[in-house]
Amino acid sequence: MNNKYQPALFWFAVLNAVATFLLIGLGGLVTSHEAGMSVPDWPTSYGYNMFALPIKFWTGGAFFEHTHRLLASVVGFLTTILAIWLWLKDSRKWIVWLGVAAFLGVIAQGILGGLRVRLQMDNLGIFHGAVAQTFLVLVCAIALFTSRWWNDSETKKQISVPRGLRSHIFYVTILIFIQLLIAATMRHQHAGLAISDFPLAHGKIWPDASADAVARYNAERVETYNVKPITAFQVELQMIHRLVAYTIFLGVAAAFFLARKNWAAAMR
Amino acid sequence: MVGRLAVKSGCMLVKVFTISLRAGRVGATFKPLKKVMKKSLLFLSLGLFAVTQFAQAGDLSGVITLKGTPPAEKELSPIKDDPNCSANYPGALPKTKFYVVDGSGNLADVVVVLKGISAPSTGASAAPVVMDQKGCLYYPQILAVQTGQKIIVKNSDNCVHNVHTVPKANDSQNLVQMPGGADLTFTFAKPEPFLKFQCDVHPWMFAWVTVVDGPYFAVSGADGKFTIKNVPPGKYTLEATHRKLGTQTAEVEVKADGAAQNFTFEIK
Repeated sequence: MNNKYQPALFWFAVLNAVATFLLIGLGGLVTSHEAGMSVPDWPTSYGYNMFALPIKFWTGGAFFEHTHRLLASVVGFLTTILAIWLWLKDSRKWIVWLGVAAFLGVIAQGILGGLRVRLQMDNLGIFHGAVAQTFLVLVCAIALFTSRWWNDSETKKQISVPRGLRSHIFYVTILIFIQLLIAATMRHQHAGLAISDFPLAHGKIWPDASADAVARYNAERVETYNVKPITAFQVELQMIHRLVAYTIFLGVAAAFFLARKNWAAAMR
Repeated sequence: MVGRLAVKSGCMLVKVFTISLRAGRVGATFKPLKKVMKKSLLFLSLGLFAVTQFAQAGDLSGVITLKGTPPAEKELSPIKDDPNCSANYPGALPKTKFYVVDGSGNLADVVVVLKGISAPSTGASAAPVVMDQKGCLYYPQILAVQTGQKIIVKNSDNCVHNVHTVPKANDSQNLVQMPGGADLTFTFAKPEPFLKFQCDVHPWMFAWVTVVDGPYFAVSGADGKFTIKNVPPGKYTLEATHRKLGTQTAEVEVKADGAAQNFTFEIK
């Protein structure tokens, strides 16, 4: 069923996506500044109602953590309105359910963030980061599906995408998500960079991860932040992260050339 | 510790003799008197043992040195992120203190623990250890306590800190401490090397506490020297651990006049 383009709904969905993007950036700064535990209580902040925390406490790591919480509340509010709007005004059932999924997702994500603080569980941060990226994809997809371009495209000539290219893009997308999980795992070890040189790794193509070598790396590190000592697991995980990054680069390049070839064939 | 046991046993001895004499003076029957005398002998033996041990206990001392050049300490530039903290440093900012070495190579902040000695923790009755947050830094940064011994954390700054313990064997805590707020008290039930205290509001603030299940330990001072007092004669293993440079052990024999054992750490 065709759906009428609604500019206000589309731009609201774009606003939600932009706010989510900024929220993820701010969440990244929280982790980069090792500030995730700087406000130990939740949903209150230092015992205050979150929205009434005096500005004198917005300092150091607490600035990043507290503004992350406030922006998360804004995104939660925007997503709730978007879900209701879609429910009331969009005739496509599947997009209504996407709105419901976004609403449930933002609630779950908020609780996950709160539990990470309350339970002091580093590993929950990995899921919090992964859900954040998935949620961004979801709200961006809603913005796309409510756009004029998407609505009009149904009446225009379609180019069929071969099954091989679709599979290729699907697998590269999965690989990118796996890469995000690896990166989130590295970040939430709270150990800083396990390898600080590039393109070599501790001066070698593949670094020595023996106990003696790791002890030496730790002895040489002078950390200004409260990060943990690195382990052999973290060194190897960072190498896997690099290898997956090279693979993704090749996969995306191949997708580009395949898509271009397909486009040229379709235009002939 | 041994001294206190000796004094306690001595007092009990005097008490028991008084009871014995009193029992004899009032004309008690022979059997109760024999019982009392038996008790007296038991306490006399215990007391003599303790006194002998105390008399023979010696100090175990030594010097820790560092061979090689440690990596340069870094300026704690993140302090500039919080004006409350940077106001304490109108001139140069403080630096990290991973390798506290004097001109002669004497190494501070090495935790030295006597192993293989059967001595229960007296932490519950030991004097509390004070850790202060001053100028957005912890003082001291390295310390050692017994299991059950109180650590009192003060906030001498005019800004909020969160005191977050990151243990492996003990339970984690994360508490807010407002400027001028009440002191916080921490105790740890299980032994654990280098248990981290950190402030996530100011992520350059960290300190390490080694929790020992007994009273025989020391931390090397600015001159690299350490002394473990009143060690009963015997053969033991002495373990010296620097947070960055790892652990060294030595077999020592403590005699009535004490013993000496030096350690040299090397940075490659």
